[in-house]
Amino acid sequence: MSEQLLDIVLRSIWISGTALLLSVLWSLPIALTLGLKKFRGRGTLISFFNAMLGIPTVALGLFLYMIFSHGGALGIFSLLYTPTAIMIGQAVLITPILVSLLTNAIESVDPEIRDLARTLGASERQASLAVLKEARKGGILAGVSAFNRAIAELGVALMLGGNILGLTRVLTTQIALGVNRGEIMLSIEATLVLLIIVFTLTIISNRFRRD
Amino acid sequence: MANHIKLKNVAREYDGVSALRGVNLEVEDGEILTIIGPNGAGKTTMLRIMALLDEPSKGKVIYRGMKVDRSNAHQYRKKVTMVFQRPALFNTTVFENIAYGLRLRDQEEHRIAARVESALNSVLLKGFGSRMAKKLSGGEQQRVILARALVLEPELLLLDEPTASLDPTNGIIVEKIIRRLRGRTTVVVATHNIFLARRISDRVGCLLNGKIIDVDKPKNIFIKPKNDIIRKFARGEFF
Repeated sequence: MSEQLLDIVLRSIWISGTALLLSVLWSLPIALTLGLKKFRGRGTLISFFNAMLGIPTVALGLFLYMIFSHGGALGIFSLLYTPTAIMIGQAVLITPILVSLLTNAIESVDPEIRDLARTLGASERQASLAVLKEARKGGILAGVSAFNRAIAELGVALMLGGNILGLTRVLTTQIALGVNRGEIMLSIEATLVLLIIVFTLTIISNRFRRD
Repeated sequence: MANHIKLKNVAREYDGVSALRGVNLEVEDGEILTIIGPNGAGKTTMLRIMALLDEPSKGKVIYRGMKVDRSNAHQYRKKVTMVFQRPALFNTTVFENIAYGLRLRDQEEHRIAARVESALNSVLLKGFGSRMAKKLSGGEQQRVILARALVLEPELLLLDEPTASLDPTNGIIVEKIIRRLRGRTTVVVATHNIFLARRISDRVGCLLNGKIIDVDKPKNIFIKPKNDIIRKFARGEFF
C-alpha cells in the first residue's frame, strides 16, 4: 500500500470513527427514550427515523452544503471543505441507522430487566444502564452498521469535503476520482481496502454477537 | 410485633380496569405473610405497589410509619426487594447476577465475593458462580434469583409465586429457604398454591377481585374458616 493510500485510509477511519462517536452522543438518548418510554408521538418518531434510513447521501450532502456554505446558517464557521464538515455530515447521515437499530436492541431486552434493576436498588439512570448493558450485542451491531455506512458513503464526503488531497480525501472520494482520471488500479486498491475494513468489522461484530 | 408495612385503602387501575380496590393490609415485622388468590386477583399488582414499581391510583403505602412514593423510591428500594414470578436474569454469570445489587451499594470487591459465595451456599448452588445464569435449569435459575435477593439482606422481601414453575425437589429447597427467613426478614409471598401458604405462613391474606377479604392465621383460614367464602377459598374453589 502506498503512503498516499495509507494516509487516505487512516483519514477515512478517523473521520468516520469520529462521526460515529458524534452521532452516538444524540442517537443513544433518543433511542433510550424511544425504547423505554411510552409517550404520544412515539410511533411517528420511530417511523420517521425508519423512513430516514434510505435518505440519499447526495440529498443530505446538498442540504448540508447549503447550511455550511458562505451564505448558509452555519457559514460563519467556515466548515465547508474541512474534515469537520464531513464528520458532521456523516454523523447526521448515520443517525437514523443508530436510532433505529439501538431502539430495536433496547426493545428486545426482557421488559422485566428495568424493574429488576430497580428492585435491586438501582436508580432510574442505573436501571437504564442495566437495560443498555443487556442490549450491548444489538448496540455493537448498530455501531458497526453505522460506521460501515459512514465510511462507504460518497455524497456527503464529496460535497462537504471537496476531495482535497491531504485534507479531506477519503477512500470513497479517492475511488471516484481514480475512475474519473482513468487510474483504475488505484481505485481498485482503495476499493479492496474499503471492502476489507467493512467485512472485517462485520465478521468481528457477528462473532461477538454469537458469543 | 411492630408494624412494618401498611397499605392504606390502596386502589390501582390499568386502562380503566380495576386491579386493586381499596386494599387495607398491615404486615408485621419478621412475619411471613402469604397472599393467596386466583389468577387475576391482583396479587402481583399488590406486590408491585409494595415494591414501588407501580404507584397506587388511590391510597398510600406506609413503611415503618413513613409514606413512600416516587420521591423516596430509590432509598426505599434499598431496603425492599422483589422476586418476580418469571426468573428475570441478567445475561451474564451467576456471580455477576448476584453481585449486581451489592455493587449498587458500593461494597468492596472482596466483601462482594464472600457474600456471593455465602448466598450461593445458602441456595445449594456452591460452585455455580462462573456459569452463565440463563443456561441453568428453571429450578436453578429460581434459586439464583432468590440468592440475588437474599444477599442484599432486605428488610422486606416480596416473592411472587416463588415455586410456581418448579419441580417438587426445587420447590422444597425454595420453601426451606423461605422458612429460614422467619423472624429475621419480613416476607410477603403471593401464590395461588394454598398448600404452600398453609405450610410456610404466619398469616394468610385472601385476595379476591382486587379486595382483601380476610387476613388471619393459617389454621383460621384452612381449618376453622369463619364463613362460607373463606371455606371456599381454603378449598381452592375460587382458583
